[in-house]
Amino acid sequence: MSWETVIGLEVHLQLATRSKLFSGAATAFGAAPNTQACAIDLALPGTLPLLNKAAVEMAIRFGLAVDAEINPVSVFERKNYFYPDLPKGYQTTQLAHPIVGPGHLDIELADGREKRIRIHHAHLEEDAGKSLHEDFHGLSGIDLNRAGTPLIEIVTEPDLRNAEEAVAFAKKLHAIVTALGISDGDMSQGSMRFDVNVSVRRPGEPLGTRTETKNLNSFRFMERAIAKEVARQIGVLEDGGRVLQETRLYDGDTDSARAMRSKEEANDYRYFPCPDLLPVHVAPALIEQLRASQPELPDARRARFVAEHGLSDYDAGQLAADTPTAHYFEAAAKASGDPKLAANWLMGEIAARLNSTETAIAACPVSPAQLGGLLQRILDRTISNAIARQVFDALWNGASDADAVIEAKGLKQVSDSGAIAALVDQVLVANPKQVADYRAAPDDKKAKMFGFFVGQAMKASGGKVNPQQLNALLAARLNG
Amino acid sequence: MSIQRADIEKLAELARIHVNEDTVTATTLGINRVLELIDQLRAADTTGIAPLANPLDATQRLREDLVSETVDRDALQAAAPAVEAGLYLVPKVVE
Repeated sequence: MSWETVIGLEVHLQLATRSKLFSGAATAFGAAPNTQACAIDLALPGTLPLLNKAAVEMAIRFGLAVDAEINPVSVFERKNYFYPDLPKGYQTTQLAHPIVGPGHLDIELADGREKRIRIHHAHLEEDAGKSLHEDFHGLSGIDLNRAGTPLIEIVTEPDLRNAEEAVAFAKKLHAIVTALGISDGDMSQGSMRFDVNVSVRRPGEPLGTRTETKNLNSFRFMERAIAKEVARQIGVLEDGGRVLQETRLYDGDTDSARAMRSKEEANDYRYFPCPDLLPVHVAPALIEQLRASQPELPDARRARFVAEHGLSDYDAGQLAADTPTAHYFEAAAKASGDPKLAANWLMGEIAARLNSTETAIAACPVSPAQLGGLLQRILDRTISNAIARQVFDALWNGASDADAVIEAKGLKQVSDSGAIAALVDQVLVANPKQVADYRAAPDDKKAKMFGFFVGQAMKASGGKVNPQQLNALLAARLNG
Repeated sequence: MSIQRADIEKLAELARIHVNEDTVTATTLGINRVLELIDQLRAADTTGIAPLANPLDATQRLREDLVSETVDRDALQAAAPAVEAGLYLVPKVVE
């Protein structure tokens, strides 16, 4: 009998504010230790929190993007536990009255079907600091720069049924929050972290006991951690054992996981409303103002790319998901005048280069305007596709624009029929045996053999011959 | 509503407060007296009254998102028992 996997996610998202959730200290990543931890973040006596307006607005923007109810009144509570990276002895968070109520996100499954994933709620809270366990003479080092950084925690219903769905949800969420501009989404810096709740059951049975694997910071780790945990739980149950409710840690480097601590004890957080903060009232006018100024989201952008630029749904989806890529595409489409060609280059040559050099699109050495200039020369047949790759290479390595490269290297396509005819003759004279073979071959073999002559002519010209003209003239000579 | 000695011991552990044999009984009694007061409050009829998260009839003020704090790390760390390389040092915690 088969097993059914049930997955729910908790996503911690760092908001792209300049200052902390409750203090005016900076949130920039990578500062020297404790240089961004002020008296409020350190919980020195006498300090009081003051809530960051931008964080509240970003949470509302997220809620609007997932069709959620925005609660008119939300309340901060204290979640009490002791850990050295939490100076106050409690985390200020929301529990009973979160700012964002139930919503949903539709994901696309591998077979193209859509599936609705319900979002239970999303709440505002502060991040903790970081503990460094390298050896400080048997002590731990604490950096509180991250303490107080605003987060929203997004909690889904247990609607996901396998690792692929969980990853599809995570990627879509990432696309939405980066399009909204409420987070940089940089997972390598911990801007988006996933806790995965996993259980298995026989289809139709009540939910099994779940475990929580915490702090997964890449899509790949998430996928692997889920696969591993599902296999472990099935193994335990099929051996007649019982799954324990526990928190687990997954180590991506070794692809291994272990139990962290017993959940029962740690789970008693004794929440209560924070007396230092008043209830947060969100006026309907603010919600409407934010709704009216929501940026375009990936789904809408994808539909527009199909309608406006004539892209296939697949290509549009690829380009619309990532906001910097989408912006690059639109600029290059405009500069070249041919969106389809711009899309092909972006998903082909450029994607490959960015990948192999681990460069972000925002740092692409070839600007959309430069790419547009190059594509124009393909479109007006000044150069062939093959030559265009050479020109692109030069642009990637710092050349200023396509025309200058074509001029300097003499790459202009040969489309003078006299010159091409001479080239064809030269190739035929140099290869008498192939010419004889070709002429003697049955028709169905000829197409393949024809390619040999095209290749020779291209080679002799340095790739500069107009391919359509070359094909026509070659065919005329060989078949004539 | 009343709580038992075992509850007090668990709460003390969660709150990192030391209660010993001499004080645990008195603490249990003391907290139970507070809970009796709370029971009286709970007996009040609150039908139709919205729960209150804060006794003040006021709304949380919001702050503009500006970096307004300059951090004098040396001054702040002067109060710490141990620091090194800009880090606060604490007894080793590894989960």
